[in-house]
Amino acid sequence: MGRATDYRKDFDILNTGDYIYFDNAATSQRPRQVLDAVSEFYKTSNANPLRGLYDWSVAATEQYENARKKVAGFIGANRAEEIIFTRNTTESLNLVAYSYGMENVSEGDEIVVTVMEHHSNLLPWQMVAKKNKAKLIFLEPDEEGVISKEEYESKITDKTKIVAVGHVSNVMGVTNPVKEIAEYAHSKGAIVVVDGAQSTPHMKVNVQDLGADFFAFSGHKMMAPMGIGALYGRYELLEKMQPFLTGGEMIEYVTRTDATYAEIPHKFEAGTVNAGDAVGLAAAIDYIENVGFDFIIEQEHKLTKLLMDGLSKMPYIKVYGSSDPAKHCGIVTFTVDGVHPHDVSSVLNDDHVCVRAGHHCAQPLMQFIGAGSTARASLYFYNTEEEVERFLDKLSKVREVMGYGA
Amino acid sequence: MELKQLYREIVNEHNLHPTHKGTMENPDLVLRGVNPSCGDDITLQLRVQDDVITDAKYDGSGCAISQASVDMMADQIIGKKKDEAIKMAGTFVGMIKGEVTDEESIEALDEAAALQDVAHMPARVKCAVLGWHTMQEMLEHPEKALNQTNE
Repeated sequence: MGRATDYRKDFDILNTGDYIYFDNAATSQRPRQVLDAVSEFYKTSNANPLRGLYDWSVAATEQYENARKKVAGFIGANRAEEIIFTRNTTESLNLVAYSYGMENVSEGDEIVVTVMEHHSNLLPWQMVAKKNKAKLIFLEPDEEGVISKEEYESKITDKTKIVAVGHVSNVMGVTNPVKEIAEYAHSKGAIVVVDGAQSTPHMKVNVQDLGADFFAFSGHKMMAPMGIGALYGRYELLEKMQPFLTGGEMIEYVTRTDATYAEIPHKFEAGTVNAGDAVGLAAAIDYIENVGFDFIIEQEHKLTKLLMDGLSKMPYIKVYGSSDPAKHCGIVTFTVDGVHPHDVSSVLNDDHVCVRAGHHCAQPLMQFIGAGSTARASLYFYNTEEEVERFLDKLSKVREVMGYGA
Repeated sequence: MELKQLYREIVNEHNLHPTHKGTMENPDLVLRGVNPSCGDDITLQLRVQDDVITDAKYDGSGCAISQASVDMMADQIIGKKKDEAIKMAGTFVGMIKGEVTDEESIEALDEAAALQDVAHMPARVKCAVLGWHTMQEMLEHPEKALNQTNE
């Protein structure tokens, strides 16, 4: 019994029935420690944070602000004020698009994205580009999923105002050379927005080392509750930006016709905040740091290798992205000859195996790799070798179920 | 019927060896039906004479359930009057959504009734109804489906 098996004891859902959960890139499972932390917040210190002058509200505020400090430390931000709590990566990226993009991109400017972006890091930029008459430029990867130096150096130019890039592709699992791209982008005067939804659960992130001006991620992919995410923004940039949403508790002073806004980060957190889930996110960070990224990476590599080795023995299966299991972040996207991915997923579901099928909210990438839709198995450290073997066994029978020979 | 049995006994035959897949010359009505969540994408073509559907073909790609369902539908609607086909679409969609359960109505769908168990697979409902929705749309709103290449 390895460490993964020990950690599984913390996840009630993984111990109910015989389900194999291989859709961690969509959302992870949550350990009891996270669920308990949220529950404890509501049981012991629930009040509207940042407003009340009584003990409970002070306690709620303190827990909420401690969660912010925890997030800042987790991703290597300089100061806690650079962390804005949002619902998720999508909201974080929309905040940047509206409050920074709309104001700083003009006609004729260029916004550079990669063709492998999740729609959440594409559609906000499409909107900015359309509205401000800017041009959207796409970085394209090679067969192995790698964006080369030549590629980004030829497409990031003096006209580039924003480079928006996913840290890890949710389809290929490949880690993009964000640090190198950011360095080059900065030399051209552009700012860099990083979608960290798929990286934060799997690797140590340091936003300053990466050179990210903005970095967005979701809690729910890293064992925190759904509905809490964060945006890191460089202090000087956030300070100059206008609010995204306006309303309660983001103001200094309001008259009938005008208002001055609160300091960051509260300027960007209008309305009652999601303190309960922020506390859950802090607990998830504690849990991850206790497990340690060394173990997470080691376990994911081991499982991904076992999975890809098994898939390579099935000649009717095509795997997308790198041939190196270490470059997949636990994400393995594949197709089965003659069988539509939705049928693959439905047949596997019949065997209690959960995998995603479809376009994975990355339709331009699907068009680029020439697949209308694919199936995706995505692993996390609490998955086991036994699960991978059982998955491979079930998958090897899918074509037979679908009427291809015996 | 469990899923694997449904595939083996009904769906696979129509998916792998469809009777009505292909392109029709000079159809009277043509409409594309798309199911964005799965990527099912069909183009349904109908020939209609004196309010009777005399031929039906479809082209495109998608999951086995969507393709088998439209193939079975084509079987059922050829020779039917337009309003009969529309009524069948209502019955089929109702059946798949679990809203129509009386046996008599469902039996009228003939072989297509075999997909009744998709009602227990919410994720696949859209796949099963794609062809029927498209057919209903083109008969009820023929102005959206007029064959542009026809004189």
